[in-house]
Amino acid sequence: MHDVYTAIFEPGFFGNPQVHVAVAVGGVVAIVCAVVGVFTVMRGQSFAGHSLGDVSAAGGSGALLIGLNPVAGFVGLGAVGAAVMDMIGVQRLRSRDLATGIVLGAAIGLSALFLYLTTTTGATTGATQHVLFGSIFTIATGTISVVTALGGLALAGVALVYRPLLLSTVSPDVAAARGVPVRLVGVTYMLALAVSVGLSSLALGAILSTALLIGPAAAALRLTRRIAWALVIACVISVLATWLGVLLSYDSYDWGSAHNGRLPVSFFIVALVVATYVLSSAASARTARATAPRRDLIKVPAGTEG
Amino acid sequence: MSRRRDFDARAVTASPAAVFSGSSAVADVGADTPEILRVENVGVALAGRRILDQVSFAVRAGEFTGLIGPNGAGKTTLLRVILGLHRPTDGSVTIGAQPRSPRSQPVGYVPQKVLLDPDMPIRARDLVALGLDGNRFGLRLPSPKRAQAVREMLHAVDAERFADARVGTLSGGEQQRVLIAHALISRPRLLLLDEPLANLDLRSSQEIIQLLARIAREQQIAILLSAHEMNPLLPVMNRVVYVAGGRAASGPVDEIVTTEVLSRLYGHRVDVLNVHGRVLVVAGQDDDHDGAAQPTEAG
Repeated sequence: MHDVYTAIFEPGFFGNPQVHVAVAVGGVVAIVCAVVGVFTVMRGQSFAGHSLGDVSAAGGSGALLIGLNPVAGFVGLGAVGAAVMDMIGVQRLRSRDLATGIVLGAAIGLSALFLYLTTTTGATTGATQHVLFGSIFTIATGTISVVTALGGLALAGVALVYRPLLLSTVSPDVAAARGVPVRLVGVTYMLALAVSVGLSSLALGAILSTALLIGPAAAALRLTRRIAWALVIACVISVLATWLGVLLSYDSYDWGSAHNGRLPVSFFIVALVVATYVLSSAASARTARATAPRRDLIKVPAGTEG
Repeated sequence: MSRRRDFDARAVTASPAAVFSGSSAVADVGADTPEILRVENVGVALAGRRILDQVSFAVRAGEFTGLIGPNGAGKTTLLRVILGLHRPTDGSVTIGAQPRSPRSQPVGYVPQKVLLDPDMPIRARDLVALGLDGNRFGLRLPSPKRAQAVREMLHAVDAERFADARVGTLSGGEQQRVLIAHALISRPRLLLLDEPLANLDLRSSQEIIQLLARIAREQQIAILLSAHEMNPLLPVMNRVVYVAGGRAASGPVDEIVTTEVLSRLYGHRVDVLNVHGRVLVVAGQDDDHDGAAQPTEAG
C-alpha cells in the first residue's frame, strides 16, 4: 500500500513550497476559467478567448521586458484587448471575426517584438518558454494573493450579470426587449474573459491557455441539461485536471533520463482536459443513443431488395 | 366602396366579410376596451432611406392584430420601434398611455430568429423562468413560488411534456411555445411576435395561432403578430395593420385588404382575390397590357 502511495505521490510532493503555490494558483485559475468558459462556449466566442490568450502573451512578454510582475502584463493587456474587441464589434456576430482577427494580429506582432527584445537583451532567461508555455512551478508565493483577488473579481463580475448574461446569450434581441443593458453585460463578460485568459496564460502559457478555458466547459456542456450543473461539472473537471497535471509533472522528474528535469505541467493539464472531453463526448453520444426513440425495422419482402 | 377582383366566381364566397371574419374564433373587442398600444405618425429612416412613413394605428386589450406586409416592408423595424430598441425619426409610441422606453412596463416579445444551440444546457423550463427575472442582476435563490409560476405558464402553453428537454433540441413549434411562455410569464399587457409562423409546418402554425388567440381572449392581452402571409390568421384576427411601400393602413380586415387600399400602399395597382376562402394579393395589370396577373404574395 505504501509503495502504491509513494509511486503516486513522489517523496517531498506535499512539503514542496513550489507545489503549494502551483496547487493554489492552479486551483483558482481552474475555477475561474471553468465558470467563464461555460459562457464562452455557449456564446460561441472560443476564438475571442484564444485571441485574448495571444494578447496576454504580448502583455506578459512586455512585462518581462520592462521588469514588471507578469500577472500585470498578462491580465492588463488582456483587458485592453477585450475593450478594443468590444469597441470594434465583438458583440455583433458579423463583426466578431473581424474584431478578433485585428486584435489577434496586433497581439502576435507585439509578442514577437517583446520576446525578441527580452531574449536578445538577455535580461530574462527562458522568457519565451515562460510566456508561451507557462511555468507554474516558478510562480512566486506572493502571486497567490494577486491571482486570488483577480479571480474573485472575475467571478464576482459573472455572478453580478449572471441572469442578464444568460438571457443575452440565448437571444440578445429578447434580452434588449426586456430592458437588459446588453452592451454593459457584454463588456462585463469580456473583462471577466480577459482576466481568466490572463490567469490561465500565467499557469499554462499563452498558447495553451484556451485549453483550460474551453475544454472543461465543453465537456461539462455535453454531460448535463442544466446550466448550474454545467458550471459545477466544469469546475470539477478543470480543478482535477490542473491538480493531476501538477502531480504528474512533479512525478515525471523520476520517469527516465530522456528528458532533463520535469515534463511541462501545461502538457499534462491539456492532455487530461482533452481526454476528459473525448470521454464526455462518448458518454453523451451513448446516452443520446440510449434515450433516442426506437424505430421499428421495416421488413422488406424477400426478392424485393435492391 | 371596396372593389375586389374575383379570380374564380364559383370559389368566391357570397359575402367578402365572411371570408375575413366568418369564424367565431375572432374575439369580440368593443370600443370601450382600453387601448394598450398607440403608434402615431411614426416614421423611420435608415441610412438616408425612408423605411416607414406616417404609420399610425392602435391596439386594444384582448385584440389580435396582424402586422402584415411583404418581406422588407419594415415590419421588424416597426416592432423594434414599439419595443423601444429603435428610435423613430418622427412620431411617437405609447403603451398604456405611457411613452415607450426600454425600461417601461413589460412588453412580451418573441423575435423572428432565435438560434437555439442543441448543446446549450438550458431546459425549456429554464428559458421560461428567464422570462420572469432574466433582466435582474445578481444570482437568484431557488423559490417554490417561482417554480410554480413556471409550471403554470408551461401548462398554459401546453409545453409541460418537453419542459425538461434542452430547448435547442425541440421542434420549431415546440420552441415557439416555449418562447411564447417566456414572453408571457412577466404578465405583459402587450405581446409582440415577429414572424412566429415562419418555418413552421401547417399544423404547428395552426396550433400556435389558436394558442395565441386563446391567450388574447382569456388574459385580455393585446397581440401584434407580424407575418407576410395573412391567411392562417384570418380566423382569429380582429384587425390588420398592412405595411407596404413604407406606409401602413389599419382597421378591420375587410376594410383594409382591398384593391383600392393596397394599391395606394404599394404605389401601383394590386388586386385582391378571394379564392376558396383564401385571400391572394397579386400584382395588378395595366389596362393596356394583356396576360395573366403574377401572384406577388398570398395575403
